[in-house]
Amino acid sequence: MNPGFALAAEEKMNPLLPAWPEVIIGLLCFFIVFGLLGKKLLPSIEKVLSERRDAIEGGMERAEAAQAEAQALLEQYRAELAEARHEAARITEHAREQGAALITEMRAEGQRQREAIVAAGHAQIEADKKQATAALRQDVGSLASQLASRIVGESLEDSARQSGVIDRFLDDLESKAASSAGAK
Amino acid sequence: MGADVRQLASEAGCHLNSGCGFPAPGLNEFDFKPIFTIGGVDFNKPMLLSIICALLVVGFFWAAFAKPKLLPGKLQLVGEIGYDFVKRSIVLETIGKKGEKYVPMLVSMFFFVWIMNIMSIIPFAQFPVMSKIAFPAGLAAIVWITYMSLTFKKHGFVGGMKNLCWPSGIPGWVMFILVPIEFFSNIFVRPFTLAVRAFANMFAGHLLIVVFSVASWYLLSPSIGALYGSVSFVVAVALTAFELLVQFLQAYIFVMLASSYIAGALEEAH
Repeated sequence: MNPGFALAAEEKMNPLLPAWPEVIIGLLCFFIVFGLLGKKLLPSIEKVLSERRDAIEGGMERAEAAQAEAQALLEQYRAELAEARHEAARITEHAREQGAALITEMRAEGQRQREAIVAAGHAQIEADKKQATAALRQDVGSLASQLASRIVGESLEDSARQSGVIDRFLDDLESKAASSAGAK
Repeated sequence: MGADVRQLASEAGCHLNSGCGFPAPGLNEFDFKPIFTIGGVDFNKPMLLSIICALLVVGFFWAAFAKPKLLPGKLQLVGEIGYDFVKRSIVLETIGKKGEKYVPMLVSMFFFVWIMNIMSIIPFAQFPVMSKIAFPAGLAAIVWITYMSLTFKKHGFVGGMKNLCWPSGIPGWVMFILVPIEFFSNIFVRPFTLAVRAFANMFAGHLLIVVFSVASWYLLSPSIGALYGSVSFVVAVALTAFELLVQFLQAYIFVMLASSYIAGALEEAH
């Protein structure tokens, strides 16, 4: 190593001392880069980037709107479905109630008619019985009086007395029949 | 001229055992013969490289961004990734929303510095422009001017000085020591370290690569030296790969610090 050379080099250049021509060229170069990038190229790309962002966000917004609409439709559909179900249930319930009421009514009506028929039957029977009894009593009276007059040989003129005897007889018969029925 | 003799010695057949000493590279590696001279001002290789770097950065972004499309092509996509990286990961991350205004400056700075660093490992260029202090110093000066003007524009002179020298949340008696330190640190040391950090990293990296490259050539001789020479070559290759990382990192740090200075200037008064 040549110490003289090293010394000369040290004297000639200190690596920490900037050479002015280099500083100027360096700054010039930087300002060329900065000028072109800052004034033209970066704004143009920034514009495109924001356009792209808008496009993407716009697409997202559209998708969101569509989704919201679909959601609303679904809600509406569900609400309608629920309402329809409710309505159906209400109608069914109503029909059931109506049916039950009808059945009850008809049952009551049937009962009533049955009772009426039974009552009418009873009345008829009673009336028939009364009529038959009356007829029977008359027939039995006249038959008994004819028989008695045949046996006795004379007609029983005194009708009032006649009927009294017959009635008493018949009443005795009835009471006998009633007491025998009660004993049974 | 000594440097030229050395240069020649390392290029010619100067090997181990051939009777010449190891032509150790030194500061002469950073001293270039002028390519031409205008009015006593030398135009040298670093200047040429810096111009080429500027053209490369502009050329790339011109090709990528001049006619931008909504659906980007490959080149535009690469440009967008680079731009977005500096914008989001460095500038907006450090300064916040207010940093939007300074994005173009810092993006330009990042790519310009990075390309100038990369020149270190580009064949035929093989010289990191930032290893000449003039280039980082110029850029640091721009950062410093921005930093100072923003500080005083935002806070006025008194508020600006307070912003620079008066740290908050410190007990009063410490201020006695702290204020001069803060003053000195923020106004004088920051731009200096900003420039020197980038410069020194590139300087050292370049020197390392040169030392191992020269050594592998020097050691190449029909002896055990050939083995040492091949090891030296492997180291040179590894260092080249390592430098690729450092080049990016230094550009990143440079812009990151510039952003943090701007963020400090824009900070609300305490």
